[in-house]
Amino acid sequence: MKILVGIKRVVDYNVRIRVRSDGSGIDTDGVKMSINPFDEIALEEALRIREAGLAEEVIVVSLGGNECQQQLRTGLAMGADRAIQIDTDADLQPLTIARAFFKIVEKEQPGLVLMGKQAIDGDNSQTGQMLAALWDRPQATFASGLSLSGNTATVVREVDAGLETIEVDLPAVVSVDLRLNEPRFVKLPDIMKAKRKPLDVISMDDLGVTAENDLKVSHYAPPPKREKGIMVEDAAQLVAELRNRGLV
Amino acid sequence: MSETATEREIMEYDVIIVGAGPAGLACAIRLKQLKPDLMVAVIEKSAEIGAHILSGAVIEPAALDELLPAWRESPPPICIPVERDEIALLTATSKRKLPTPPQQKNHGNFIVSLGALCAWMAPQAEALGVDIFPGYAAAGVHYLQNGAVGGVIIGDMGVDRQGNPKDTYMQGIEIHAPLTVMAEGCRGHLSKQLITKFKLDADSDPQAYGIGIKELWQVAPGKCKPGLVQHSIGWPLDTKTYGGSFIYHMDKDRVAVGFVCALDYSDPEFSPFEAFQQFKHHPSVKPLFEGGEILSGGARTIIEGGAQSLPKVEMPGALLIGDAAGLLNLPKIKGTHQAIRSGMLAASHIAEGSTAEGFDETLRASPIMKELHKVRNIRPGFNKGLWRGLITAAIETVTVGKLPRTLHNHADYSSLTKLQDMEPVDRPWVKRSLAPRDRLASVYFAATDHDEDQLVHLQILEPDVCITRCGEEYGHPCTRFCPANVYEMVTDQMTEEGGSTANQHLQINAANCVHCKTCDIKDPYQIINWVTPEGGSGPNYQNL
Ligand SMILES: Cc1cc2nc3c(=O)[nH]c(=O)nc-3n(C[C@H](O)[C@H](O)[C@H](O)COP(=O)(O)OP(=O)(O)OC[C@H]3O[C@@H](n4cnc5c(N)ncnc54)[C@H](O)[C@@H]3O)c2cc1C
Ligand code: SF4
Repeated sequence: MKILVGIKRVVDYNVRIRVRSDGSGIDTDGVKMSINPFDEIALEEALRIREAGLAEEVIVVSLGGNECQQQLRTGLAMGADRAIQIDTDADLQPLTIARAFFKIVEKEQPGLVLMGKQAIDGDNSQTGQMLAALWDRPQATFASGLSLSGNTATVVREVDAGLETIEVDLPAVVSVDLRLNEPRFVKLPDIMKAKRKPLDVISMDDLGVTAENDLKVSHYAPPPKREKGIMVEDAAQLVAELRNRGLV
Repeated sequence: MSETATEREIMEYDVIIVGAGPAGLACAIRLKQLKPDLMVAVIEKSAEIGAHILSGAVIEPAALDELLPAWRESPPPICIPVERDEIALLTATSKRKLPTPPQQKNHGNFIVSLGALCAWMAPQAEALGVDIFPGYAAAGVHYLQNGAVGGVIIGDMGVDRQGNPKDTYMQGIEIHAPLTVMAEGCRGHLSKQLITKFKLDADSDPQAYGIGIKELWQVAPGKCKPGLVQHSIGWPLDTKTYGGSFIYHMDKDRVAVGFVCALDYSDPEFSPFEAFQQFKHHPSVKPLFEGGEILSGGARTIIEGGAQSLPKVEMPGALLIGDAAGLLNLPKIKGTHQAIRSGMLAASHIAEGSTAEGFDETLRASPIMKELHKVRNIRPGFNKGLWRGLITAAIETVTVGKLPRTLHNHADYSSLTKLQDMEPVDRPWVKRSLAPRDRLASVYFAATDHDEDQLVHLQILEPDVCITRCGEEYGHPCTRFCPANVYEMVTDQMTEEGGSTANQHLQINAANCVHCKTCDIKDPYQIINWVTPEGGSGPNYQNL
């Protein structure tokens, strides 16, 4: 069985995000970029499945310009067998990404697609679900536990009410949550090995996918600054202040 | 843990360079230019190249011209020609312009972000075939049986606070190489070990240091004057403390502001962080920052000892270059060109002879050393205070260091005055309004990140001394000199029958550390030992 893992290059979670002063986007000048943390967890899970003998090959896939090869190489250094870059400089939205992934799925015929539950930049949480629909296969989202046996995957999902356990037939799309596992560190010699692993570049045009921008982003704005609070003496003053502001 | 450890994996190179600052990267690039077949690796503890680099920085470009002759065609992302120099003497309320001393004339120089410059140099080294590994810290030295240096040991990852392996435990590997180049920058922790082990400082003065604290601001439109370089001396430092400020106006309304202060100050109550913040509130400075915001900030020590403190820079199997050796030119506050030149010199030395032997002599005969010799008396001249220092500086400058005398440096940790001997100090600090509010708020701008569940990388060799002697003699200066509020004295209330007792203990917030190394230098008992945390931990500076 092959496992396909989606990897997105995002601004590192430690970086303080700044909105460009003209509101056109986020300032990424000199900013640290990393693999989306949920995608790293997805890759870790894929590697563990392969190491348990339940899969033969782990393929990491990313959409973007040549910069995203850095994250693909990190994926290879973690242990993926090969990488595919879908080359594009288009502004990408979930449906476009799902369509491009679907083309790769058709070609590679994986038994399992693992993805992060969402990317920490756009927070869309849509790509995995859309891919499952395009592919017409089951989906299991927000996985915090995953086990495979034969042609079924048992997935523990984190839902509002607690944990839900479901079974899906393979092939399927599983999107993973934070508590599924803790990704491994990369060993230095594996970075060198990763340089020799195959990384195929396919242009998005050659896949026959065009970026459609059904969603238009009008502008970005930082969250409004919190106003300075005031200290109140007692409950009566609190009520009075709230009344003053028309809040009660 | 180490008992259960199996044999470490080994990688072999011809040359291993520790630290991807300007010195290490220049050395790597030059080695490959001279001998393309050499296998060269650079390891760097920061997660990304440049993320632990904090500098001014106005740089002299001659060294870059030599290393990468075509660099001006595709310059680093931040690179603004200096248009104008200003130097001023401040009092609490006034500012007086001074004539610019020749060392501080910056015509032909460039304002850069040194972090961004390193991130720009690294791919050029990689294009030549250098293997660069960010996110890996050299935690130990690998010694050969004959005692020579034979490479480095990369730190283990995934070890918990008690020293036990976690699920993610990964043993660090050894990198073996006939030659190790230490380019760790100021107060490198392995360089420190090597200097002691091989007694490299036997014939030199104690090393002298300063601390530099810096912020990068996005100022309100119209206030930034690209290319303007401003320095000041005087307030808020008293005349006994050597130091001053810098404000470098870059492009896109970005302004770098920083404060440097020698670590041989004597008042245990002094806080360099507070001095920097006070400087920003000087009436002539504050308007520049009002209405602006901080983009990034942090702190780093500066090596100030110069010629008389320069240790021997070679030992069997290894060399010291850049600030790890101590080649910064203090009156200019510039070390980048010296770092690059020393990296190149080390590279040609290695390319010629494949040995460390003779490098010390080569360096001492080079223009790098001539430059240091000329200015050797300027910092020790300030040991007698600002005014005497300025006079020494003037004399040494006029005579280009030719007077046949050399003033000496003393160790910074020995300069604190005991509380009981202190005259009361009057500090008319103003109430501050500009960000950051305090040190914790400033750590946020350094984007420092350490896994909390790892060994504490600030080793206190004698914890009892903190509570007993230090409290009494100096009042815990670590709680003030650390710019990131790592050290805190905490009182534990214990209620027992018959009353309650209060015990103090030192709390180390290691996760806040920005790797400046001040504590390792300034602690008066020399019982704080900075060792490297897990690779990839530490600040994530942007364009500092
Ligand atoms: C506030 C301030 C202002 C300055 N202003 C100027 C200026 O205007 N102009 C100028 O020319 N110079 C300036 N300098 C000096 C200049 O920054 C230094 O001289 C220069 O950075 C030295 O280069 P280096 O390569 O020797 O060391 P560094 O630049 O310090 O680089 C050392 C690198 O090694 C890494 N490292 C250390 N130990 C290890 C380890 N064990 N394992 C792995 N990696 C490790 C560090 O993370 C770092 O990236 C300033 C310095 C400061 C602090
Ligand atoms: S703990 Fe030491 S090295 Fe870390 S920030 Fe504080 S003074 Fe600097």
